[in-house]
Amino acid sequence: MCLAIPALIKTINGQQAEVDIEGVTRGVSLQLTPEARVGDYVLLHTGYAISIIDEAEAEETMKLLKELSEAN
Amino acid sequence: MKFVEEYRDPDLAKKLLERIHKNSRKSIRLMEFCGGHTVAIFRHGIRQLLPDTIKMLSGPGCPVCVTASADLDKAIALADMKDVIVASFGDMVRVPGSYSSLQKAKADGADIRIVYSVQDALAIASENPGKQVVFVGIGFETTAPTVAASVLQAQTEEIVNYSILSLHKICPPVMKAILDLGEVNLSGIICPGHVSAIIGSHPYQFIPDHYGIACAVSGFEPLDILLAVDMLVGQIESGQPRVEIAYRRGVKPEGNTQAVKLMESVFEVSDANWRGIGAIPASGLRLRGEYGKYDAEKRFEIEPGPAIEPKGCICGSILRGVSTPLECRLFRRTCTPESPVGPCMVSSEGTCATYYYYQGS
Ligand code: SF4
Repeated sequence: MCLAIPALIKTINGQQAEVDIEGVTRGVSLQLTPEARVGDYVLLHTGYAISIIDEAEAEETMKLLKELSEAN
Repeated sequence: MKFVEEYRDPDLAKKLLERIHKNSRKSIRLMEFCGGHTVAIFRHGIRQLLPDTIKMLSGPGCPVCVTASADLDKAIALADMKDVIVASFGDMVRVPGSYSSLQKAKADGADIRIVYSVQDALAIASENPGKQVVFVGIGFETTAPTVAASVLQAQTEEIVNYSILSLHKICPPVMKAILDLGEVNLSGIICPGHVSAIIGSHPYQFIPDHYGIACAVSGFEPLDILLAVDMLVGQIESGQPRVEIAYRRGVKPEGNTQAVKLMESVFEVSDANWRGIGAIPASGLRLRGEYGKYDAEKRFEIEPGPAIEPKGCICGSILRGVSTPLECRLFRRTCTPESPVGPCMVSSEGTCATYYYYQGS
């Protein structure tokens, strides 16, 4: 029920945006993430972007995962 | 899919599992709070891959499952009213209430619409000015801000035939309630990822501080969950429980402050009834007084009568992590996803449905 999936913002028109999810275009509301910009990935939940995916943090986590598995 | 595939890397998962096997010495019990985590853990077979020292329990994090029969009866009573359209998320429609379900009410002629987003409910209201549209507001902090946004939108667009039956619940108080019940001896909690995308990680701080229990906020891919388990093992083995985030790409410690502000402007905290747990103080959300006209409980006189629970169903103790579906006499016999007796079998992320689909027979 709290499912949210990554979606790439293609266009923004006011508080509405069009996002791409694996080649499928959908309309989403940006009411909860007004600072989102075209090119951002957002977490999409029931038609609303609930957070902007932090790409730098994603890279950090990947680095951490690799370090932890190498430190074995 | 970007931000999904890379967190399913089998090689990294294997190495992380080896690390967990090496580091986990104490016998510990971890609860995944969120139903989405339960599904991910079963789908990827994570329980079987963890060392014997780690026992995983499922918690009350399925909003459909924790909705009390009495509250569901209110939605059904509303659907039975003349000129009322009830809009609801799909899973809710099949949950049996005391005497009926929204699905049965629909078969008997009630106008019930399944929606994917609360925006769809708002659209139904503007297309049907002669009817009242009531949205069954279920969900935790992930969903409540979207419903709050719809109320503000209704106000701006002057949609007057729209209201909410707010059955929303919030997570930290039920975590506290479960810990206070003392029925499950937990060492760590995998905190919900998308609830935390909204509220952040600070609201869990009382868990290590007051209960000495480790916390890690997790995403929903296998590597996210393994990283959270690794963090919990690290905290527990070192005797230093705290709140860590294994899902930093989606969750900031402070959460989504804009969404919280919006949610708090429309809703205020209230007591709420949880299936299997009962009333928990300050664990629900109701519309603030100034939005009273969007509150279905104020707009309509709802008298559903006394509630009864499905006979033989042990959803309540499953939601508290005390029992597993295998201990329910009805599991797989009378109760299946096609013909569910209780909500934990209806919801796609209910613990009973998850056991049914992923736990062999
Ligand atoms: S198997 Fe069915 S009857 Fe048993 S606890 Fe689960 S939902 Fe209830």
